[in-house]
Amino acid sequence: MTIRCEIVSQDRIVYQGDVDMVVLPGAAGQMGILPHHSPVLSVLNFGIITVKAGGNEEHFTVAGGVAEVQPDQVTVLADAAENVEEIDVQRAMLARQKAEERLKEMMTEDKDRYMLMMSALKKSNLRLQAVKKYRADFKNKDLI
Amino acid sequence: MASIREMRLRIKSIKSLAQVTRALETVSASKVRKAVQANQASRSYSEKAWKVLLHLARQPGHNNLHPLLNERLEVRKILVILISGDRGLAGSYNVNVLRNTLMYFDQFSQPVDYICVGKKGRDLLLRKKANVIAEFSELKNPANFIEISPINRLVIDDFLNEGHDQLYLSYTNFHTMTKQETMVRKILPLEVDFSGKGFNATHKNGSSVFTYEPDQKELLDEIIPRFTAMQIYQSVLSSQASEHAARMIAMSNATENANELVGLLQLEYNKARQQSITNDMLDIVGGAAAQTQSGR
Repeated sequence: MTIRCEIVSQDRIVYQGDVDMVVLPGAAGQMGILPHHSPVLSVLNFGIITVKAGGNEEHFTVAGGVAEVQPDQVTVLADAAENVEEIDVQRAMLARQKAEERLKEMMTEDKDRYMLMMSALKKSNLRLQAVKKYRADFKNKDLI
Repeated sequence: MASIREMRLRIKSIKSLAQVTRALETVSASKVRKAVQANQASRSYSEKAWKVLLHLARQPGHNNLHPLLNERLEVRKILVILISGDRGLAGSYNVNVLRNTLMYFDQFSQPVDYICVGKKGRDLLLRKKANVIAEFSELKNPANFIEISPINRLVIDDFLNEGHDQLYLSYTNFHTMTKQETMVRKILPLEVDFSGKGFNATHKNGSSVFTYEPDQKELLDEIIPRFTAMQIYQSVLSSQASEHAARMIAMSNATENANELVGLLQLEYNKARQQSITNDMLDIVGGAAAQTQSGR
């Protein structure tokens, strides 16, 4: 018994396949979705989506979004999403550094930009944490 | 028959015309590539978002879920977003989308107001004495979401304030480089079509009730306007791809025709030139013959 899982971000399809279980970072905490789950519409937090299929696990970072759960289908509409294996560590570190610098310079006058930079910082931190946690080649490296 | 000089001028002007159309074709080719890419990239997201909206619209008691889902008993006024190009020379692209729109809304007895994206649509509508209430033009290629958000805000506020009771999108849907089709879609209020065909079709007839997290009102306030806006954005991208594709094809046809014409004219010109040389020769030969004759 499987459930259809589709993860799309605003510019591409990140993942699609029939899976055994999906774990989502829901607004009310982690949600494990199995086939025949009752219909849910939930906001997603920043976090990790774990997809389990045939003994394998895949991890995706998600920077907010919405998930629609139907008994036979999970659709994740992410603001941004990436497979942890595909994350460019160099770029994420650079982005984090840049965001931190900008935040220091800017302080508070421009609220929109401040929020934007904060979310950029949150995104790169999330990516780096995910890499450290789930990627074998970065297991014991000091990234954060 | 035109004189040789005139023919030479004509050939020259057609040749330069062909050069211009060839250049336009090349420009459109690079634009179409970008536009198609942008269209393809966000397509799956917007289609999935639309599906979520449809699933919301078929919830029991959906009329009370959110004001944007609310079907009004009396439809007094209709608002249409017409998406066309800023420039012509794109074959029948602009005319097609306009004709389709006018034909579609001819059947309505209610007054129809228009919001135009693109100058061509505005000009053509004004000529038809239609009521244009707003215009957006000179969008980037491909358009970005921030450029579109004033349109979104305008139409959603307008709908909520009951300025209009139905909102339609009229645009050109991009399939392939050679196939685009004009389309009119009702965006607000949402309507579910259980026939299993077209944009508003859903595959399951069941109307399972959602649990909302964290909170129904908060969630719906957030996603319904945003996902509706996504539809408008996507149709702009799709129209842009169609426009550049149509222009590229039109220009490539024009270049071909011009080259063909140059070939024909060149043939005629050569004939005429040869004829005139022959005539000159005959004159000389005739003159010489006359002279030898009279010298005898």
